[in-house]
Amino acid sequence: MEIYARRRLTNKIALGLSMAAAAFGIFWLVAILWTLLYNGLGALVPSVFTLSTPPPGIAGGLLNAIYGSVVMTLLATLIGTPIGVMAGTYLAEYSRGNMLGHVIRFINDILLSAPSIIIGLFIYGVMVVPMGHFSAWAGAVALSVIVIPVVVRTTEDMLNLVPAGLREAAAALGAPQWKVIVMVAYRAARNGMITGVLLAVARVSGETAPLLFTALSNQFWSTDMNAPMANLPVVIFRFALSPYEDWQELAWAGALLITFMILVINITARFLAGLGSKGR
Amino acid sequence: MTDTAIPAQTRVLSGRQARRQSLMDKAFKSATAFFAITVLVILGGVFFTLVHGSLPALNAYGFDFVTTEVWNPVTDRFGALAPIYGTLMTALIAMAVGVPTSFGIAVFLTELAPPWLKRPVGTAIELLAGIPSIIYGIWGLFVFAPIFQQTLQPFLIDTVGKLPLIGHIFSGPPYGIGIFTAGLILGIMVLPFITSIMRDVFETVPPMVKESAYGLGATTWEVVWKVVLPYTRVGVVGGVMLGLGRALGETMAVTFVVGNAHRIGKSLMAPGTTISAAIANEFNEAVGELYISSLIGLGLILFFITFTVLALAKIMLLRMRKRAGG
Repeated sequence: MEIYARRRLTNKIALGLSMAAAAFGIFWLVAILWTLLYNGLGALVPSVFTLSTPPPGIAGGLLNAIYGSVVMTLLATLIGTPIGVMAGTYLAEYSRGNMLGHVIRFINDILLSAPSIIIGLFIYGVMVVPMGHFSAWAGAVALSVIVIPVVVRTTEDMLNLVPAGLREAAAALGAPQWKVIVMVAYRAARNGMITGVLLAVARVSGETAPLLFTALSNQFWSTDMNAPMANLPVVIFRFALSPYEDWQELAWAGALLITFMILVINITARFLAGLGSKGR
Repeated sequence: MTDTAIPAQTRVLSGRQARRQSLMDKAFKSATAFFAITVLVILGGVFFTLVHGSLPALNAYGFDFVTTEVWNPVTDRFGALAPIYGTLMTALIAMAVGVPTSFGIAVFLTELAPPWLKRPVGTAIELLAGIPSIIYGIWGLFVFAPIFQQTLQPFLIDTVGKLPLIGHIFSGPPYGIGIFTAGLILGIMVLPFITSIMRDVFETVPPMVKESAYGLGATTWEVVWKVVLPYTRVGVVGGVMLGLGRALGETMAVTFVVGNAHRIGKSLMAPGTTISAAIANEFNEAVGELYISSLIGLGLILFFITFTVLALAKIMLLRMRKRAGG
């Protein structure tokens, strides 16, 4: 009887601990979101959206940073999505069993988790140094390098989920392979692929490290793609570490904005992915 | 679908049309292959750029670069030992916190949670991965560090810090920020990555295997520990390595809380720096070829470390998948 009691006790303790672990994980999510709301909501006044980043002590907002973030994220998505979709298509449709496919899949998965600061150094070396100055273009390209592996991965996964029967049916009707892929496979995988792009947008819109020495930042309103451009993450970084209280407040407002936007995109993406799997 | 719809009367494909379609086929295939190779070019470009950028420093210091602790911009003497130490140490602490916790969460999600709780808890953990690194950073600096400084840290210093042999690791004044704090924050950040892989590999265990263990009278814990874990060992290790790769390269969160001091403290409570934090902090202010080149050299070292760890992780996970498939 003794051994049974001991086993049952071990079981209870271990399962209790694993439940505690789950609570521990959720606790941090709640703690972080609560801090953001607590510090950010008060700072989120209308002028945040109408004024540009101020010198310390003067009223200001984050308009230039919001604009810069939106522009660079959009551009990065526009550059990265076609490349990622095409590469993912190659992996899913053309690379069955060949060595090149295996290598690319392997490298892509490494890029997916590669430190983003290294991407920043890379773009600094290939764009900022030759051009002689920091620029929004460099920032957008740096972000697109982060978009590509995410899109490659989801495109491949989603195309692999498309039943072979659909492709065969189209091929049997005499459609050439490129039409089978573009008009049948893409259509069937559409929701999943959009999910991938959304996840990529969510991922890059909070990225700071690759922008630090590509887009840099800009104290003023600027729409010049050839010049340094303000962006939310870098502004948050600088303002949060500054000794000025009004700058820190703006940093919290920016942090709240960015996090909730990312969470909304994430949840939308999840919802879309759910739709896709139900339809099938 | 207008193009592919079957016309009312079947028409015969002319030779020219057929040739055009086969040309399109070739063009499309080459285009996808071209962009697929772009992925390789990017990685090659990263490697080449880092090597090229760090050549001046590597020429000046040679192998001493990785064994020197000094980091002095004034005398142009740079050594990478302190950031390397910080990177490895913070990642190690992150693993010590993150791995058991992720394991617990994965067990909860796969074996314990009632179906209605599975999705919300799983989603909440995954959302942790969505929160940008910089948010962990300001949260860590303004919220976590002060609380840690006043509660857990003095406690650790007064208890563990007094022990012989290992005591010095936890000794020293409670700064709040430092290597240990950075490690703890990283531990929280890697949770979702490790958890999601562990959950996925746990789900590959055939129900039959688990049920036979239950049938023999095993408790839930015994099934997890003696059946599920051995069956998924390779995948679990792969997931842990993936988390390790993330922790090693994480930048912004660490930059906020690590203290940015180029030295190797006796105590983990002391401020230090990591490779990524040093680059993020100093790159824009760096003047002089050697300084910039040394920072890029740090990047090259980080690239090697993370590439190795991530490649190993990937190989483990591939082996796991092959096993699950076969």
